[in-house]
Amino acid sequence: MTIETSTAGVLALIAIMASVTLVTRFGGVFIMSFLRISPRIESFINTMASSVLIAIVVPMAFSGDAGAIAALSVTTVTMLALRKPLPAISAGIAAAGLVRYLF
Amino acid sequence: MSVASYSYQLQSQKIRQEFVRLFPISLFVVAFGAAFGLAATQSGLLPLEALLMSITVFAGASQFAATDMWGSEVSILPLMAVVFAINSRHLLMGASLYPMLKDLTPGKRYGLLLLLTDANWAVSAQDYQNGKRNLEVILGGGLVLWLAWIVGTWLGVYFGGLLQNPKSLGLDMVLGCFMLAMALGGKKSPRVLVAWTVAALASLAAWKWLPPNTHVVAGALAGGLVGYFWLDKKPINAAAEGDDA
Repeated sequence: MTIETSTAGVLALIAIMASVTLVTRFGGVFIMSFLRISPRIESFINTMASSVLIAIVVPMAFSGDAGAIAALSVTTVTMLALRKPLPAISAGIAAAGLVRYLF
Repeated sequence: MSVASYSYQLQSQKIRQEFVRLFPISLFVVAFGAAFGLAATQSGLLPLEALLMSITVFAGASQFAATDMWGSEVSILPLMAVVFAINSRHLLMGASLYPMLKDLTPGKRYGLLLLLTDANWAVSAQDYQNGKRNLEVILGGGLVLWLAWIVGTWLGVYFGGLLQNPKSLGLDMVLGCFMLAMALGGKKSPRVLVAWTVAALASLAAWKWLPPNTHVVAGALAGGLVGYFWLDKKPINAAAEGDDA
């Protein structure tokens, strides 16, 4: 099934994308409202929460170019040294730009 | 059955504070949005269509993926599958906030979730790990991020030419650096470090061998399992209750 990208078609496609995204925004909470939260479930979701971040970043580093690796390394070092996210993020982005400019 | 008691009260002053707190991050989101606006117009979307997509979908990575699939015709099921796979991390993010969200009335709870996105979720989840309940950042922070995403898209579709190659400025790394900074800002116990290792290995395996865009969920669930089997020391008296699963 395909939709032509006429005006009405594009509106339909955007509506489909918005609905699917809404299902993901609502779905996790909706399902949880039927579960009883035992300490074990709570431990599961707490650990999962920080694992989401790692699961996004690690493949990014492995599939990325030298700029990506520089960005993530510099962010790590700056964050561990200063414990402030904003300088860490800025330094990381600057590192990516610099490495890509040089190489 | 527990009787619902909606004890969490959102404080409007704190919502404003969180709006201001995430303002600096939202500047990066403007740049990311501009990159999307440019990509969208280059793949044939009209400016207003790109804007409408940013306003209603508000999920950057999936919007970029959609522009890759754009043509004179778009296949519906592959589009839905890609959008769902990329955004399925929201399912886990929402679930992780549930212990707080259950104390809100359903109307407010789902209203807040309209603005759920990576950055404001990461702040809220991190605060929760540190013992602070902060749903205001979902609302106030989400609002500033949403506005930034719209403004960025608008800039990108009309002035995208100024930003021909966002990658050369490192702008593709905004999300990655942000996520990493958030993860490193949390508490790091041996349990967390083991979970991170498992999450990293599982996400890499999924990235290599499973369908595209499933690695975030695979890694996060694998990390969560570490938490499921390895409880923090304090709830010892609750161990018997957890045995049935």
